[in-house]
Amino acid sequence: MAMSKHTLSVLVENKPGVLARIAALFSRRGFNIDSLAVGPTEHPEISRMTVVVDVDALPLEQVTKQLNKLIEVLKVVELEPTASVQREILLVKVRTDVHSRSHVLETVQLFRAKVVDVASDTLTIEVTGNRDKLAAFLEVIEPFGVKELVQSGMVAIGRGTRSITDRALRTA
Amino acid sequence: MSDAKPAPSPAPSPSRLAEQAKAKVPTQVTGAQSLVLSLEAMEVDTVFGIPGGAILPAYDPLLDSVKVRHILVRHEQGAGHAAEGYASATGKVGVCMATSGPGATNLVTAIADAYMDSVPIVAITGQVASAAIGTDAFQEADIRGITMPITKHNYLVTDADQIPRVIAEAFHIASTGRPGPVLVDISKDALQAKTTFSWPPKFDLPGYRPVARPHNKQIREAARLIAQAKKPVFYVGGGVIRGNASDALREFVELTQIPVVTTLMARGAVPDSHPLHLGMPGMHGSVAAVTALQKSDLLITLGARFDDRVTGQLATFAPEAKVIHADIDPAEISKNRNADVPIVGDVLEVISELIKAVTADREAGAVGDYDAWREQTAGWKATFPLGYTSPEGEEDSVSPQYVIERIGAISGPESVYVAGVGQHQMWAAQFVQYERPNAWLNSGGLGTMGYAVPAAMGAKVAQPDRVVWAIDGDGCFQMTNQELATCVINNIPIKVAIINNSSLGMVRQWQSLFYDKRYSNTDLHTSVGSRIPDFVKLADAYGCVGLRCERPEDVDATIKKAMEINDVPVIVDFVVHRDAMVWPMVPAGVSNDAIQVAKDTAPQWDREEDEATEQPEDADKDGK
Repeated sequence: MAMSKHTLSVLVENKPGVLARIAALFSRRGFNIDSLAVGPTEHPEISRMTVVVDVDALPLEQVTKQLNKLIEVLKVVELEPTASVQREILLVKVRTDVHSRSHVLETVQLFRAKVVDVASDTLTIEVTGNRDKLAAFLEVIEPFGVKELVQSGMVAIGRGTRSITDRALRTA
Repeated sequence: MSDAKPAPSPAPSPSRLAEQAKAKVPTQVTGAQSLVLSLEAMEVDTVFGIPGGAILPAYDPLLDSVKVRHILVRHEQGAGHAAEGYASATGKVGVCMATSGPGATNLVTAIADAYMDSVPIVAITGQVASAAIGTDAFQEADIRGITMPITKHNYLVTDADQIPRVIAEAFHIASTGRPGPVLVDISKDALQAKTTFSWPPKFDLPGYRPVARPHNKQIREAARLIAQAKKPVFYVGGGVIRGNASDALREFVELTQIPVVTTLMARGAVPDSHPLHLGMPGMHGSVAAVTALQKSDLLITLGARFDDRVTGQLATFAPEAKVIHADIDPAEISKNRNADVPIVGDVLEVISELIKAVTADREAGAVGDYDAWREQTAGWKATFPLGYTSPEGEEDSVSPQYVIERIGAISGPESVYVAGVGQHQMWAAQFVQYERPNAWLNSGGLGTMGYAVPAAMGAKVAQPDRVVWAIDGDGCFQMTNQELATCVINNIPIKVAIINNSSLGMVRQWQSLFYDKRYSNTDLHTSVGSRIPDFVKLADAYGCVGLRCERPEDVDATIKKAMEINDVPVIVDFVVHRDAMVWPMVPAGVSNDAIQVAKDTAPQWDREEDEATEQPEDADKDGK
C-alpha cells in the first residue's frame, strides 16, 4: 500500500443522511476516497465507516478534524496497517470450460477462496482478504476470463483487546 | 412523551400554552404550534421571513404569538442577512424563515455568508409533505442536501414530536463552540400533525462537545514564547468579537504592551484609538499592520484563521514568525499556517489563562522586552498613516473616503456600521474609527454584495436605540434594496449611505490596475451620464427620505440632516468620483512584502530597515 493511503474508522450516529454528509465533506474539501464501507456495529445507535483516504499526512489531519466537526461523527481513529486487520471481499464470475475448470478450482484452493455459484460455463468465486491477496488472486484468475467482478470497500478493526466503540460510548 | 396529559382546552392560545410549557405540562398542539412555542421558549423575539405553501401552517400560530415578532421581508435573502445583522449586532441567535423550494434556496447565500463569518443563525424552512419528498413535487428542493456544506448542522424533520428537540438542538449548536448557521427543514405534514409540547426537551449530542478550556501545557508554552519574543504581534480575528473577549484582550494588550492588528472581521475588538493598535492587516491593510506581521518573530493569533486576504502568498507570510494559534475550532489550527503552539479553546478563557500565565512569568522575572519593536511599529504607524488623495482633475468632486470618514466622525462610535462588499467596504473598514466590538458588520468571508441593507435592518431591529448606517455601494445596494419597503412598513429607520461611483468599483479598480483599464461590464450608469435608477426618487417611491450630495462642502450638512431624521429610513446618494482606489494594496497572490501605498508606489523605508520590505520588480505580475 502506498504511504499516502490511510485507513480511518469513523464512528457515527446511525441517522439518515450521515453518509451523504461525510461523502459531501470529502468531495467539498477535495479529499480522495479510495474506498468506503459502512455498516452497523454492536451498538444499534452507532454505525461504523471504514474510509481509506489517499492523502499526505498534513491533509490527513485536516480530514480528521473536519470529520470530527460533523455533529453526528462520534470518533475518528486511524488504523495502522500493522496494528489492525484489514479485509475486503471480492466476488468474481470466471469463465470456465471443461479444460479450465480444474485449474480455476485449484487456484480457489490455493487462495482459500470459495466457489459460491456454479453454472454451465462460469464459476462464481468469493475471496476475502487484504488488498494484496485480492490483487494476487485476480492476477492469477484473470487469464481464464473474468465475466463480472464486484468488490467491497475495506473494513478494518484494531488488533488486541481494546474497542474503539466502547471508548466512544464512554466519552459520549 | 407517553405520560402526556390531555390539554384542558383544545384550542389553546400560544401565550397560555407558553404558561403551561413553563409548568412543564405536556400540551396537545399541532406541529406548527409546537414550533412557535419552541421559538418562544428559546426567547426568540424576532423572526425575519416570508410565508409560502409548505411553511403556511407555521404562520398561523405565529399570528397569535405575542412574544415573537415576525417581520415580513421582500426576498428571503433579505431575511437571512437580517438574521445575520441581528445576530452580529447582539451575539444572540438570529432567526429567519422561508417556505420550501425557491424560498429555501433564496436563503442559501445568507446561510453561506453566516457559515463563512461564524454568525449564529437558525433558518427554518417548510418542506413538502413527507410522502411527496423525492418526487419532484411542486416547490420541492432538497434544502438539507443543498445546505450541508454551508451549515454547521442541518435537520429534516418529518415527525412533529421531534420539533421541540430539534429546535433546542439547533439553537444550542448555532450559538456554542464556533457559532454558525443551522437549518431546520420541516415537512408540511409534520407542521400539521397533532403532537404534544413540553419544554425543555431532552437532547443529547454525543458527537458535539466543543472544547472551551485550553490545555494548560499549551498556555505555559505560549507564555514562554511571549516572554522570549522580541517582535511579537497580536493577530486578532473575528473570534474575539464572537467570543466576547474584547475587554479581556485589552487587558492582555495593556499588560504585555504588544502591538495589535485587527482583521476585517475583528474591527473594534481593540479600540482604534489605542496607541498599540496598528490597524487592519491584509490586502488592503495599513502599512504598519502588514509590515508588523511580516517582520514579526511571534504571532499571537486569537480567533483568526490565516485567510488568504490576510496572508497574501502564504509561503512568504510572516516568514520569521513562530505562531501561537488559539481557536475554538480545532480544524482552523494549522490549516493554512503551521502552529508552533496550538491552543484549542474559547478565546475568552484562552486570554484569561494567558494573562495568568504571563503575569506569573513576569513575577518570576521573565518579562518580554519589546520596547525597540514597539517603537519601530509606532514609527511605521506615524510614517504611513491611512490616507487618500483625489485623482487628478477630481479635486472639486466628492472623495468616497471623505464621505465615509465624515459619517464615522459625525455618527460616532456608538453607532453600528454595516457595509456591503467592495471598495466602500474597505474604506468603511479603514476610515471609520471603531471603538467597540459589534459596531462593524460586514460580509468578510463570503464577500456577499447586497449584505448591507438587510443586515442593517436586522441590526436596527435588535438595537433600535442605536444609529445604524448601511454604508453601501451603488452595485451592492441594487441587489437587496427591496428591503427598504420592509424597513418603512415595520418602522425600522436605518440610514443608508450609497457611495455612488456609478461602477462596480472594486472590479473597476482591478481593471484599472491589472486589465489595462478595459472596463468590461463595470459601468452601472447610476451617476455618470445617467441616473438609472435615481436613488433619491427610489427612496421617495419606498417612502424613505432621499438625499443627494454631490459637492465636498455639502457632505457634513447632508450627514447631519440624515442624522436628524429618525422616523423613516434615510437614503443618501453620495455621488463620488469613480477613479478613487483602495490603498494600500497587496496585489492578489504575491507576498505581503509587496505592499503598495499607491499605484506603483512602495513605502519608502529608512536605510536601517532591512531589505525584506523592498518593492520587488513587477509585483502585480502584469508585465508592467
